[in-house]
Amino acid sequence: MYRYDEFDAAMVRDRVAQFAYQVERRLKGELTEDEFKPLRLKNGLYLQLHSYMLRIAVPYGTLSARQLRKLAFIARKYDRGYGHFTTRQNLQLHWPKLVDVPEILGHLADVEMHCIQTSGNCVRNVTADQFAGAVAGELEDPRILSEIVRQWSTFHPEFNYLPRKFKIAVSGTKEDRAAVKFHDIGIEIVKNDKGETGYRVFAGGGMGRTPYVALLIGQFVAKEDILAYLEAILRVYNEYGRRDNIHKARIKILAHHLGADELRRQVEVEFAEIKKAGTLQLPAEELARIAAYFAPPAFEALSDSSPEFEAALKEKDFANWAKTNLTAHKAPGYTIATISLKNIGATPGDISSDQLDAVAQLMDDFGYDEIRVSHEQNLVLPHVRKKDLPKLFARLKELNLASANAGLITDIICCPGLDYCDLANARSIPIAQKIQERFADLERQHDLGELKIKMSGCINACGHHHAGHIGILGVDKKGVEFYQIQIGGSGAEDASVGEIMGPGFGKDEIVDAIERLVDTYVKLREGNERLLDTYRRVGMTPFKNSVYREQLHAAY
Amino acid sequence: MPLIKDGKFAPDRFVFVPEGAAFPEEGGVMVTLDRFQSERDTLFAHHQPVAVRLASNENPDVLKNDLPRIACVAIEFPVFRDGRGFSWARMLRTRFGYKGEIRAVGHFLYDQLAFLVRVGFDAFDVRQDFTIEDFTRAMGEMHYVYQPSADGVRTIRELRADK
Repeated sequence: MYRYDEFDAAMVRDRVAQFAYQVERRLKGELTEDEFKPLRLKNGLYLQLHSYMLRIAVPYGTLSARQLRKLAFIARKYDRGYGHFTTRQNLQLHWPKLVDVPEILGHLADVEMHCIQTSGNCVRNVTADQFAGAVAGELEDPRILSEIVRQWSTFHPEFNYLPRKFKIAVSGTKEDRAAVKFHDIGIEIVKNDKGETGYRVFAGGGMGRTPYVALLIGQFVAKEDILAYLEAILRVYNEYGRRDNIHKARIKILAHHLGADELRRQVEVEFAEIKKAGTLQLPAEELARIAAYFAPPAFEALSDSSPEFEAALKEKDFANWAKTNLTAHKAPGYTIATISLKNIGATPGDISSDQLDAVAQLMDDFGYDEIRVSHEQNLVLPHVRKKDLPKLFARLKELNLASANAGLITDIICCPGLDYCDLANARSIPIAQKIQERFADLERQHDLGELKIKMSGCINACGHHHAGHIGILGVDKKGVEFYQIQIGGSGAEDASVGEIMGPGFGKDEIVDAIERLVDTYVKLREGNERLLDTYRRVGMTPFKNSVYREQLHAAY
Repeated sequence: MPLIKDGKFAPDRFVFVPEGAAFPEEGGVMVTLDRFQSERDTLFAHHQPVAVRLASNENPDVLKNDLPRIACVAIEFPVFRDGRGFSWARMLRTRFGYKGEIRAVGHFLYDQLAFLVRVGFDAFDVRQDFTIEDFTRAMGEMHYVYQPSADGVRTIRELRADK
């Protein structure tokens, strides 16, 4: 993984001192809250319902065991002994004190971490496929470009006061696990017909109150040109993105107003100008230098079949877990193991300090000192020997981290909602927990197959409800929480925005409604169809008819 | 408003002349883009040095043919969140090769000064209580930069290559 040199380290240290001075001026009253707000946000510090919240950057979702232990320490010492992994692969602490934040940042800097640009109207933490560098069929490790983009975007002097936040994601496979088409810029690593590797660039994707799938802008951008190309998009956005209305300020609004052709034309004009200056061209040596950091570990020469693994598959618990939580690795005899943070009845994405420490130990013992955070709020050991899997599974069971539900109906993406967030209209965590409990039966979950439920407690869509096979949106209707259902969304390579089913359900009705929806799928499905496929084949009507048939109250 | 130019307090060479107001008998003037465009010849003939003040939505591209005769481009920040001026300054320096003064006016913060300098601003209309010590401190907060900009500061990538 990437390691800081003296320059990266100095940058983060300088930022700690700079932020400490900003906090000092705020505490002395030299800065108003209105002036302090954008400054603290650029360092990931929010003021929420009950407390400050600190969002720690996990660049492209990669962490070392040392970093994980430091996060455990920080959560224990300065918070309530747990953290929350987000859909942007970051870790949030929900109860830090303002006066402690500079000290927390110092601890983070000790392990090459920070909170830089995890919020605010700037380029945010770059996200990538959680299986980067490990998964079979990958063209190139997306973290190489992600790190290059991280450096380019960090304290970019021109683009720190954009109309609105700006999120970039990178994927290196045909399968999209990074939801690139729901980002302001999504980058897919591709090969052209000459066999050269380059980048396909999408722009203008997003969720929120106006969800859009991104438009294809750059069919094939050469590697050396990518920063100039990104800078061109940002400059067009900085000039023309709307600043009069916060709800229309994201690039998605500009992009879909202009259309792909006109946006592409404007970007190309700017790109040609930026290329003339030449300073952003990426030399092959620089690409190679960064790529070297992400060279795969020295894998042992193993046979792809493992007797230990085969034997363990006879045990049902292990077989269930192996079916959903393992993904094919590019090296023979290895696999990728997803550690679900979605235990039945737990808060999706939460992890305790003790669990963080224990996972760090698993990394030492089985995982080449690497762990990944997925945008679906799980952890991933990217390189595990198949023969170690039975031992790993036993340890995960002891840690209560062995849920065999990756990609299944209980692997719910969920925002913190009204339990924490001052933007929320409704609680999302308790609803997610009730749905998990309703579908707790593992046989049933496996029978339903891949089924992605994503839930947000307000229209800002932090829980990606637009991209859920089933999406749930919490709304407030005269002080009462209601939940609207959407179906047909996907954040994967077949990206689509879900369709709203109709009026919402009360908190005591929503789980039954979801069950009726799921049962309808089971009746209608053909062959191996997922719920998403069935919906795409039969449309909304049969689902709607059954979901509303038994509704007792006319709801909002 | 006190003016900081090249890191020091400096006298202002320009008087801002609003729409409709008469030009002073002598000395430099600063005018809006509208006024500059309608009275360009008079300005260059009788009121040197000439400064043009751009609103945050005015792309300096419209000035590119006149830049050699314009002594200062002032760029307005109606509110510190409006970051368009960062692009204008950078384009003036890197695309149009502008060597004159680029002045930040309006609402910008101490915490934005280093970015403003990076994109090419060299003059700042500051608040009465602002000190040179504040300015110097703002310049010293970050020691390195990742990306090339208008200030010509060597980037981390270039420094790495030197080692």
